[in-house]
Amino acid sequence: MMKFIHKTASPPYFYQLSGRWIPWLAGITVLLLLAGLYGGLIVAPTDYQQGESYRIIFIHVPAAWMSLFVYIAMAVAGAIGLIWRIKLAESVAVCSAPIGAGFTLLALITGSMWGKPMWGAWWVWDARLTSELLLLFLYFGVMSLYAAIADKRVASRAVALLALVGVVNIPVIHYSVEWWNTLHQGPTIAKFDKPSIDLRMLIPLLIMATAFKFYYVWALLLRVRVELLERERNTQWVKLLLKQLKG
Amino acid sequence: MTPARKKRIFLIVLMVAGVSIATGFALKAFNENLMFFFSVTDTVKGKAPATKDFRLGGMVVNGSVKRDAGSLAVSFQLTDNAEVISVYYDGILPDLFREGQGIISKGKLRSDGVFVADEVLAKHDENYMPPEVADSMKVKK
Repeated sequence: MMKFIHKTASPPYFYQLSGRWIPWLAGITVLLLLAGLYGGLIVAPTDYQQGESYRIIFIHVPAAWMSLFVYIAMAVAGAIGLIWRIKLAESVAVCSAPIGAGFTLLALITGSMWGKPMWGAWWVWDARLTSELLLLFLYFGVMSLYAAIADKRVASRAVALLALVGVVNIPVIHYSVEWWNTLHQGPTIAKFDKPSIDLRMLIPLLIMATAFKFYYVWALLLRVRVELLERERNTQWVKLLLKQLKG
Repeated sequence: MTPARKKRIFLIVLMVAGVSIATGFALKAFNENLMFFFSVTDTVKGKAPATKDFRLGGMVVNGSVKRDAGSLAVSFQLTDNAEVISVYYDGILPDLFREGQGIISKGKLRSDGVFVADEVLAKHDENYMPPEVADSMKVKK
C-alpha cells in the first residue's frame, strides 16, 4: 500500500499518469454538464413559489457545495504535505486554492443575482453570506501567501497552516442557517429529513454537482502538472521530457 | 511512523482544536449580534432595541394586508404563531411578498407598538416543487 502511494505520488510517474486521465475527465465533465443543464433548464418543472427564477440553483448550489469541498480537500492535502512532506500533496493543496476561489465567487455572484428578484436585495450581511465571503478571502489569502514566499517548499508549509486554521469556517458556513436567524433559506438537501425538493429538480441538481466535482479534478490535474514541472525544472526527468518534446 | 511525523500530527490536531474552541467561544459571545433579525415574540417581550433600527422577521398574517389606494403605503401584521405585530411600510414590496409568506423588515418600533419599516425583504423557504404538487398539498391540509 505505502509502496503504491509512494510510486503514484512521485512527480514523474504522476505527471505521466495524469496526462492519460485528463481527456477522460474533460469528456465526462462536458457530458455531465450538458445532461445536468438540459435536465435543469428544460426538463425540471417550474417552482410553485419562485417560478422560473429558481433555476439558478443548478449553478448556485453545486458551486457553493464545491466551495466547501475544495477547501476541505485543500486543507487535507496541506496537512498531508505538512506531515509526510509529499511534494504532490503540497502541489494539490496550492493548486486547489484558485479553483476553490472560482467556485466561491460563482456561488456569491449567482446568489446575488438570485437575491435581488427573490429577496429584494443584492446583498445582506446575514451569517451565511458573510461566512461565505470570508471563505473567499481565505482562498485569496492562501493564494497571496504562496505567491509571496520565494522558496516554494517553505511557502507550501505556510499555506497549509493558513488553510488548516481556516477550516474552522467550514462548519460555520454549513450550520450558519441553523444556528442563527438568516435571510438565506435553511438546508433543502443536506439534512436528516427527506430532501424537500421535487425529484425532477433534485436529479439534475445532483448531476450538476457531480459535473462540478469532475471539473475540479480536471482543472486540478492541469494545474498540478504545471506546478510540478515548475518545481522540478532542474531535475533529470523534466529535462528529459523537454528533450523528447523538442524531438 | 517516525516520531517526527507523530509530533507533527499532534501539533496539527492541537492547532485545529485550539482554533475551533476559540472560534466557538467567540461565536457564542457574539451570538446575539449574529442574528440577522428579531422574532416577533422577542420584539413583543422588549428584547429588540427600542430606539434604534432593527430587523423584524415573521410570517405575514392571512387577510391582514391593507394597501392604501393612492400611494405605495401598505400595512400588515406579522406573526411567529405566538405573538402579532402590526407593520407599516411605504415603498416597493418584493415579488414574493404575499400573505402567509415569511418576510424580514427593517425599521423602528413606534411608541404605539406599530413597527414602521423602511425596507421589506422576502424570505423564501427551503421547499422546491412544481405548482401542481403545492396545490395538491394544500387540498390535503
